[in-house]
Amino acid sequence: MLMLEKRPQPSRAFAYLTPLLAVLATMIAGGLMFAALGKDPIEAIRTIFWDPLFGEFSFYYRPQLLVKGAPLVLIAIGLSLGFKAGIWNIGAEGQYIVGAICGAGTGLAFYPMESWIIFPLMILAGAIGGMLWAMIPAILKVKFGTNEILVSLMLVYVAEQLLASMSLGLLKNPEGFGFPGSRNLQQYASAHNADIIEGSGMHWGVAFAFIAVIFAYILLNRHMLGYAIRLTGEAPRAARFAGINPARLILFCLGASGALAGLAGLFEVSGPAGQISIDFNTGYGFTAIIVAFLGRLHPVGILLAGLLMALTYIGGEIAQGSLGLPGAAIQMFQGMLLFFLLAVDVLTNYRLRFSQKGAA
Amino acid sequence: MTEVLLSIDGLTKAYPGVVANDDVSFDIKRGEVHALLGENGAGKSTLVKMIYGLVKPDKGTMALNGARYAPAEPRAARATGVAMVFQHFSLFDALNVAENIALGMENPPSPRDLAPRIREVSEAYGLPLDPFRTVGDLSAGERQRVEIIRCLLQDPKLLIMDEPTSVLTPQEVEILFQTLRKLSAEGTAILYISHKLEEIRTLCDEATILRLGKKVGECVPREVSAAQMAEMMVGSALKPPKRREGDAGVVALEIENLSLASPSEFGTALKDVSLTVRRGEVLGIGGVAGNGQDELLGALSGELKSAAGAVTFGGAEIGNMGPKMRRKIGLLTAPEERLGHAAAPDMSLTENALLTGAEREGLTARGFLKWGTTKDFAERIIAAFDVRTPSAGTAARALSGGNLQKFVIGREVLQRPEVLVVNQPTWGVDASAAAAIRQALLDLAAGGAAIIVISQDLDELMEISDTFAALNEGRLTPVRPAAGLTIEEIGLMMGGASDMEVAHVDA
Repeated sequence: MLMLEKRPQPSRAFAYLTPLLAVLATMIAGGLMFAALGKDPIEAIRTIFWDPLFGEFSFYYRPQLLVKGAPLVLIAIGLSLGFKAGIWNIGAEGQYIVGAICGAGTGLAFYPMESWIIFPLMILAGAIGGMLWAMIPAILKVKFGTNEILVSLMLVYVAEQLLASMSLGLLKNPEGFGFPGSRNLQQYASAHNADIIEGSGMHWGVAFAFIAVIFAYILLNRHMLGYAIRLTGEAPRAARFAGINPARLILFCLGASGALAGLAGLFEVSGPAGQISIDFNTGYGFTAIIVAFLGRLHPVGILLAGLLMALTYIGGEIAQGSLGLPGAAIQMFQGMLLFFLLAVDVLTNYRLRFSQKGAA
Repeated sequence: MTEVLLSIDGLTKAYPGVVANDDVSFDIKRGEVHALLGENGAGKSTLVKMIYGLVKPDKGTMALNGARYAPAEPRAARATGVAMVFQHFSLFDALNVAENIALGMENPPSPRDLAPRIREVSEAYGLPLDPFRTVGDLSAGERQRVEIIRCLLQDPKLLIMDEPTSVLTPQEVEILFQTLRKLSAEGTAILYISHKLEEIRTLCDEATILRLGKKVGECVPREVSAAQMAEMMVGSALKPPKRREGDAGVVALEIENLSLASPSEFGTALKDVSLTVRRGEVLGIGGVAGNGQDELLGALSGELKSAAGAVTFGGAEIGNMGPKMRRKIGLLTAPEERLGHAAAPDMSLTENALLTGAEREGLTARGFLKWGTTKDFAERIIAAFDVRTPSAGTAARALSGGNLQKFVIGREVLQRPEVLVVNQPTWGVDASAAAAIRQALLDLAAGGAAIIVISQDLDELMEISDTFAALNEGRLTPVRPAAGLTIEEIGLMMGGASDMEVAHVDA
């Protein structure tokens, strides 16, 4: 009989090994699914994982990896701080939208003036916008004890309406022939989040994502605030005994994750997306939740998980195009990744034991 | 009546990493009060769980009245006449006594017949109990009566009692003993689990002593001294803590008319609590669990804030200060619950040393953690308090309860507190470690610190306290000198005695 036995303490080896096991299991189960759809599984897996990196057109896809990975990492780093403390910000998508609106709005307010100060101001505005949006669930939770999961999630839909209203109203391009959407920031040099190195995909958002990873690592491992976050997540009562103020921690965690999500939105709207439009948001805020857990809420893990997730996005698109795989199959493939990760996660705290049925 | 009722032969039960019972054999005779004696973790609970059918032994057999006895579940055990009163009660507060008793019976009679039977049995055994009172209103002693009567209604041949006196005042203990003696006179055997030696000497006919899962001896408790039994139980002679008499110094901490609602729904509010403790003094606070101990500790640690003037520390008003500020000025605390309150289970000992040590030990610099210094601090605690652990990097939850307790107490003691408040400092700790912890507290007091020890172990409180007070339903009695207090006076202070008279029993 198979038995699960609790480990005396969490296994360090398995904490690192489980993501790899999960990826492996996803490849096998995904391969079976692709086979069931009548596609060659090896070919499909190769298309998703190999082609974007080393295939014929990898010169085009490799920069895309950074472009898609950066917002995921940036948002997921912020979310992981709260998740570690048991504070669940599910509304990063909304904070991402509001950050983009605030940042783009700030830039467009200066149009057509050219100045080096405009882009830094936009960055600031994006971060503040996202932070303020996240402060709504934070303050409601601290003052009235509301559930931050529900409030932050519902605010996503509010933000989407705000986005639609902005692209049709206030921020609409006056020279856009009546089409919804703002001016294209890619054509406004002072507000354009251009590649730092031409053609590398390395825009400012990528730089900020790396900085966020380093800061989060230092915060969690070397700073009292990071210790407070971890302690609150692991033993809330012990945290109060230690003298940690839960309200302040809620404000910090939600505020920081909102600011990072807002930054991600700003870098997206001023770079790859270029303009505020009704369908500006593509779900980075939700996917980042998966990335945060896939990366074990560890900054370096999140960096790798964000890149892996970006890879499946890009590879998935290629597979859709070249192999004719349905989009739903790609989404299922990504879902499997999270599913297997959570399932294999059990092994960190438990070990498998084969045992004979207990003697009476 | 020397016939063997239950014979236990070679019972063995292993859990991952620990052998809870190793080849344990003994006999219980009809009508005898048999003590099962051992420290926490000696395997007493596992053994009785096997007898009661809650746990299956890996090896070994039992025989009841000569017939093979292997209960698959408690129901089977009850059917053969084995009943058990647990340390923690399983009663519904909202139901009355008769309803609670009916719920625990296999074939309950109709409520109309049950109430008179409850009266009858309770009168016969000197345990007066009104069948129609709501259990929520009963004291701990009365709740225990409900459990006992539930067992007695099923005519048990063997009654197992797991540390029954831990929740009772001395007067209530006396009532319980009379009941148990009467039961044994009628031929019911009683398996009595305890680590309180004097109790066992007064009550029990026979004792089996367990240590680390093995049976290490048996004796007739009346014929040996408590010290001899303790030696068998612990495996070595114990040194009682030495105390140095010092003059009580200036007032270190004062609580004045503190009333505080409990944060927990089932907690006890503190009502008008006042106390004073001086430098060099050990104040013992007794009382049955759940009478406001956690709340008092919270009010002192700073987890529960009160009006500024309600708590004063060396003359300064600190009632509205948070835990960090209180630590900084020298008021340290150690809560009862080790895992999850005093320590974070999944964090290492080093990280747990940081939990309360950050302020006084200088473990941070401008908010950044000094892991090297923190690890040194953790290692100092481990060395000074003989904490058995592979390293300071081990997770707190991997330590045994006693070892973690030594770490938690050591963490506060080594920070040189001016006032130290501990709740149940030796709960679940083996006797030699408990002695070491008590000695550390006394040494601290001798060095001029004021100590408040909240405990349910009266022996412990009498051993180390200079002054004594008791908590009862959130109220604290006036503080009295501990020397010269009789056990009766203590019982009265602990309350509950007022509405539980010693009933007359024909034994």
